[in-house]
Amino acid sequence: MGVEGIGARLARKEDKRFITGSGRYVDDMVVPGMKHAAFVRSQHAHAAIRKINIKPALAMPGVIDVLLGKQLKADGIGNLICGWMVHSKDGSPMNMGAWSPLATDTVRYVGDAVAIVVAETASQARDAAEAVEVTYKEKKAVTTVTDALKKSAPQIHPEAPGNLIYDWEIGDQSAADAAIANAAHVTTMQIDNNRLVPNAMEPRAALGHYDKAEDHYTCWTTSQNPHVARLVMSAFYNVAPENKLRVIAPDVGGGFGSKIFIYPEEIVCLWASKRTNVPVKWVADRTESFLTDAHGRDHVSTAQMAFDKDNKMIGFKVDTIANLGAYMSLFSSSVPTYLYATLLSGQYKIPAIHCNVRTVYTNTAPVDAYRGAGRPEACYLVERMVETAARELGMSPAELRRINFVNEFPYQTPVIMAYDAGDFNASLDAAMAESKYDGFERRRKTAAKKGKLRGIGMSCYIEACGIAPSAAVGSLGAGVGLWESAEVRVNAVGTVEVLTGSHSHGQGHETTFAQLVCDRFGVPADSVSIVHGDTDKVQMGMGTYGSRSGAVGMSAIVKALDKVESKAKKIAAHLLEADEGDIVIENGECKVAGTDKSVPWFQLALSAYTAHNLPEGMEPGLKEGAFYDPTNFTFPAGCYICEVEIDPETGTTEIVQFVAADDFGKIINPMIVEGQVHGGIAQGIGQALLEGCAYDPGNGQLITASYMDYAMPRAHDLPSFKVSTTETVCPSNPLGIKGCGEAGAIGSPPALINAITDAIGNNDLSMPASPQRVWAAINAAD
Amino acid sequence: MANVELTVNGRNVSGNVEDRTLLVHFLRNELGLTGTHVGCDTSQCGACVVHVDGKAVKSCTMLAAQASGSTVMTIEGLAPEGGLHPVQEAFRENHGLQCGFCTPGMIMSAVDLIERHGGALDEQTVRAELEGNICRCTGYHNIVKSILAASKKMSKTKGRRKAA
Repeated sequence: MGVEGIGARLARKEDKRFITGSGRYVDDMVVPGMKHAAFVRSQHAHAAIRKINIKPALAMPGVIDVLLGKQLKADGIGNLICGWMVHSKDGSPMNMGAWSPLATDTVRYVGDAVAIVVAETASQARDAAEAVEVTYKEKKAVTTVTDALKKSAPQIHPEAPGNLIYDWEIGDQSAADAAIANAAHVTTMQIDNNRLVPNAMEPRAALGHYDKAEDHYTCWTTSQNPHVARLVMSAFYNVAPENKLRVIAPDVGGGFGSKIFIYPEEIVCLWASKRTNVPVKWVADRTESFLTDAHGRDHVSTAQMAFDKDNKMIGFKVDTIANLGAYMSLFSSSVPTYLYATLLSGQYKIPAIHCNVRTVYTNTAPVDAYRGAGRPEACYLVERMVETAARELGMSPAELRRINFVNEFPYQTPVIMAYDAGDFNASLDAAMAESKYDGFERRRKTAAKKGKLRGIGMSCYIEACGIAPSAAVGSLGAGVGLWESAEVRVNAVGTVEVLTGSHSHGQGHETTFAQLVCDRFGVPADSVSIVHGDTDKVQMGMGTYGSRSGAVGMSAIVKALDKVESKAKKIAAHLLEADEGDIVIENGECKVAGTDKSVPWFQLALSAYTAHNLPEGMEPGLKEGAFYDPTNFTFPAGCYICEVEIDPETGTTEIVQFVAADDFGKIINPMIVEGQVHGGIAQGIGQALLEGCAYDPGNGQLITASYMDYAMPRAHDLPSFKVSTTETVCPSNPLGIKGCGEAGAIGSPPALINAITDAIGNNDLSMPASPQRVWAAINAAD
Repeated sequence: MANVELTVNGRNVSGNVEDRTLLVHFLRNELGLTGTHVGCDTSQCGACVVHVDGKAVKSCTMLAAQASGSTVMTIEGLAPEGGLHPVQEAFRENHGLQCGFCTPGMIMSAVDLIERHGGALDEQTVRAELEGNICRCTGYHNIVKSILAASKKMSKTKGRRKAA
């Protein structure tokens, strides 16, 4: 590794603009003639639209136009879709209800968009939106999965009888049933996974600009995957053909999944720009974000885990109901199925697994991928079950895990996944050593003397990243391939531009990706630029989510670098009159190994473009592209140990220690990887301790619609974390990378809840473990 | 309409704005200083923190008209010409930012926090006083580290200046 190459803790190239206030987010964009939009949104969770009177709004100051769903439909704009087809176990396709970007006859959740107002200023647009008179006929609303499946529940979409979207299964039911019937011990639990709001700090925004002369659209949007946005808006929503639509995702202030999806607002802003002949910008306020960003999690499960007389796991059976909200968001169907139930084997050898998943419509915001997406739900279930089983069996939680670990690879689980590499004992050992696990009982006694309840909990997570082999996901219903593209352009002066289909919204790609180039050619990081987030610059890409930019995005760059290196070596061999096989590229020079003959990198690049002296038949230039399609998922895994002290008088939990030992395979920039883990853990702790999205079950009003009501983790809620890594190299990609973006959010909630339940001696506790809930659990245990 | 005159980042500026215009919108929309961000509607997130007459203020809690006559410093005015403020430097060195959206407000709060406490900062104080700034990316770990590092560096520089 050089000082800037693979493995270096290189400070981020992109930071200068962010720390000086020079970042360029969508809300910072100004286009000549730009006007502002506000959406009229339903205040009812479920209602029929009887009448919309826009006249009072049109008379308001500064108003340019008020546009409705029926006009949008008349102009041929299509409904939003879910891009992953899941079939029920009876073979029938999922029951997808229609989702119009602007509701025309029925609203199905509080925040459902009904009209767009375009005005001179944002304030005028908001004022006028309030003046639009919508007459509703309220209907009964339902917000929870159990209520939605009741016979008496209101019907939300005509396409989905009984509000059931699909009834899906995976694994072998009779094998799992037999294991449970023959078990020496069965642990049974009902486990809920609380609904969360992703809350990227930058609210969603869209700026649509229709150029009449060129019949061309430009959309600046807060997206994690601008190319997918263009593809979907073009192919399904009929906004414009791809060559007439440019999508730009500039600096994006966090995503965590919520900015993967194509929402109504960007479609409507583009359409409204054509209708009004002015560029139209919309920026969500925070309450709008709470109401309309796709939420995460919201599962209700019952599970049984069976053990033989030697405490070996012999079967696992799970029944889950997942809430998908009022409409099926872009990847919503895949989250509680292929991203969830395929991870139910955890780090363990479990010969028989069966999981049944029903997804339902409710009168709540759409639910889709949020950091971890399905894998946190699986990990929470498995790790709460294992910890509980250890208590019931009177065994150390570490030992019960250890005797059940998968320890030979590859390992084929009964639920699709084939784990390719790992060392689960290594991460467990590392975390136990770092947390001084063996000395815990002494610390518990010391805490008890102070009147505090001290507890310790662990979680051994595994997840699947590197999403994903295109043919495999295609066979499972995905509407897209999940490869990635890259282009490496060496300029005539030797500087390098890397074009990537990955998108950075905090992950530091401009640095990490540049490190690959530094490592390969020995050029300074300063001479490497990463280009992303603009469909006019990068031809195609699948974007950033599912911890895929390292394992998939960087693998594409490696492939393109291989091609550039190969051509560069041919040119160097020709110039130096040497054999191509003897050329090495290092420290910014192309050398003939073992001699003092060399040509500087910049001169080689120039030669490629002057083309005065190239090998016979070689095309000028030094630029290569590549597509990389992974051959398998990658499997980051690790062990998290959390230690807490609880005040029994108030139920307040203090996290006194949090240890993470992760195996991410090869690491390019350890500083950035640690940052990803810190952030993930904070979101996991948020889920376990603080965050819970609450709807009023009676009327479907979102109770937690601001930072006054939704408990975001603050600095004083969290400790400093002790993070470290162990390493088994991922065999399926050229860099040996597994991915690190979601691990923290996946592994941490069960560690924390296991610690709290250990401290209070009552296992009946759901997330978020608020002081009130913990206090009640302590007192229920007495 | 309200006429406002103030000094922003050392420059005298004026404008005629709607009475309801918030300071943050005046800075962003009238002056083009888009480094100050809006992350919420309830003065919770702190992405909009600027300094008004030397004190950290959430610029979404103040009307532009209220700020008339004041001296305002935004993130764009923090760094000395051609360089970086020690807090900016520390955020970069310690990876105290990821997506960068909360960063300007976080840095402006941190500068205020360090200046108020001098060199006497510890982790607990930093965490307690960052209550008004929300970050969703970093888990605060490296933000706290950055602020403590900057505080140490600034108190040393101050000490050296005093000794000189």
